[in-house]
Amino acid sequence: MKKIFIVAPLLFLSACSDKWGWYVVDPSLPSGWSNLRFLLSGLYYTILLSLSAIVISIVVGLLIALPGLSAKPVLRRFNRIYVEGVRAVPILVLILWVYYGLPQVADISIGVFAAGVIALALSDSAFEAEIFRAGIQSIDKGQYEAAHSVSLNYSDTMRFVILPQAIRRILPALGNQLVYMLKMSSLVSVIGMQELTRKANELVVSEYRPLEIYTILVLEYLVLILVVSAGVRWLERRFQTDQRN
Amino acid sequence: MHKIRKSNVGEFMPANDAQTIISVRGVSKFFGGFQALKEVSLDVRLGERIVVCGPSGSGKSTLIRCINRLEKHEQGSITIDGVELNEGKESLHAIRANVGMVFQQFNLFPHLTVLENLTLGPVRAKKLPKAEARDLALRYLARVRIPEQADKYPRQLSGGQQQRVAIARSLCMEPRILLFDEPTSALDPEMISEVLEVMAELAASGMTMIVVTHEMGFARKVADVMVFMDHGEIVEMSEPEKFFGAPESERCREFLQKILHH
Repeated sequence: MKKIFIVAPLLFLSACSDKWGWYVVDPSLPSGWSNLRFLLSGLYYTILLSLSAIVISIVVGLLIALPGLSAKPVLRRFNRIYVEGVRAVPILVLILWVYYGLPQVADISIGVFAAGVIALALSDSAFEAEIFRAGIQSIDKGQYEAAHSVSLNYSDTMRFVILPQAIRRILPALGNQLVYMLKMSSLVSVIGMQELTRKANELVVSEYRPLEIYTILVLEYLVLILVVSAGVRWLERRFQTDQRN
Repeated sequence: MHKIRKSNVGEFMPANDAQTIISVRGVSKFFGGFQALKEVSLDVRLGERIVVCGPSGSGKSTLIRCINRLEKHEQGSITIDGVELNEGKESLHAIRANVGMVFQQFNLFPHLTVLENLTLGPVRAKKLPKAEARDLALRYLARVRIPEQADKYPRQLSGGQQQRVAIARSLCMEPRILLFDEPTSALDPEMISEVLEVMAELAASGMTMIVVTHEMGFARKVADVMVFMDHGEIVEMSEPEKFFGAPESERCREFLQKILHH
């Protein structure tokens, strides 16, 4: 942690040297200010894309995880095939396939945003399914037996007894996935999604100052993810204060 | 006074006409190659208190777990209130309407308050209005003598209090039969008596109970029938007086000697 006090000034000094041309993003200059605003305007889609994808992938992941816990081999096999299959495809490939391939196969037209959300959510759902399965399996068998003894059916047992406890345990893992999703959303830039990375690429092409612009891009992701991590930790603490055996 | 009926053999026949609520007939249960129950038969009549004891691994827990179908028996039949237990809905309904269970490890829901633990079943399974469920819960909490703990979480309570909450949780479902699976085995010694007192009161109120326990003082006080199990079989079944005074089988005598004089 102390290293930051040595590294930061060095970075600052090097940033002041004549190799750098900070004027492209200097907020005191009219052109720099408008460039900076252009870069930051990508934040909206980065966040919207990641949040939509994570919400969908959590729901889909849960629906995929539950058959994986079933006593019926057919359902467990379905879970395995889905998880192994989806996990094996690189996200970038999935994005390209959903955007260029899916409209042809399914005979539908699909926007950049929708394609991005579908690809990210699909890819992440396999990981969410594994996280949920592990979380649910970590709950003591006695909890199911107690739920059975007070006559709860399967869905009530899951909804009121098992999942609330499992969610608390998997919250750190879910936070990780959200951070991962924020980073992976940069890949959707390849199909033209106007998020952070795409904006930076476009500005690099017109201004030709990749060093400064990509440095700003790095900082944008860094700040965004630090804020999200702090939020997740706050949520974890809130969940832990009221209960737990 | 003979309330016992050892079926198949027929050496004990019922002396009165109290309704048979649970009927276990030739039940066997296997865990892989291990036979946990060997053709066990047992009848329980309404209002009867049965205490089951025996060495660990003798199948006593498995027996009561089969009665509320936490385990599925492979041979024989179990009938509750005239309904034979199987995969069907009617069977599930018979268990839900009749049988409650108290566990060795309490198995309270740690993320819910005491009151929520008690009302979850009545509200979700019995569709009781929340206010009514709350009244019911408070009534039973008073009965297990911890009305003041309603808004606490299980982890904030002592082991004895937690087990009493678990008993109250079962009572809130208003079962006709309550099964106890070693309810005091996980408790510190000084907390055992508070739980046994609550159970004795329940027994006195006429609840039908099957209790797996090694607490022989309690057994002597409340049991109508003592059952001794070993190696998956019911070895001895008699009234407490005879059971403790003159047990017939050698294995039962040895067992009693061990646990009464340790």
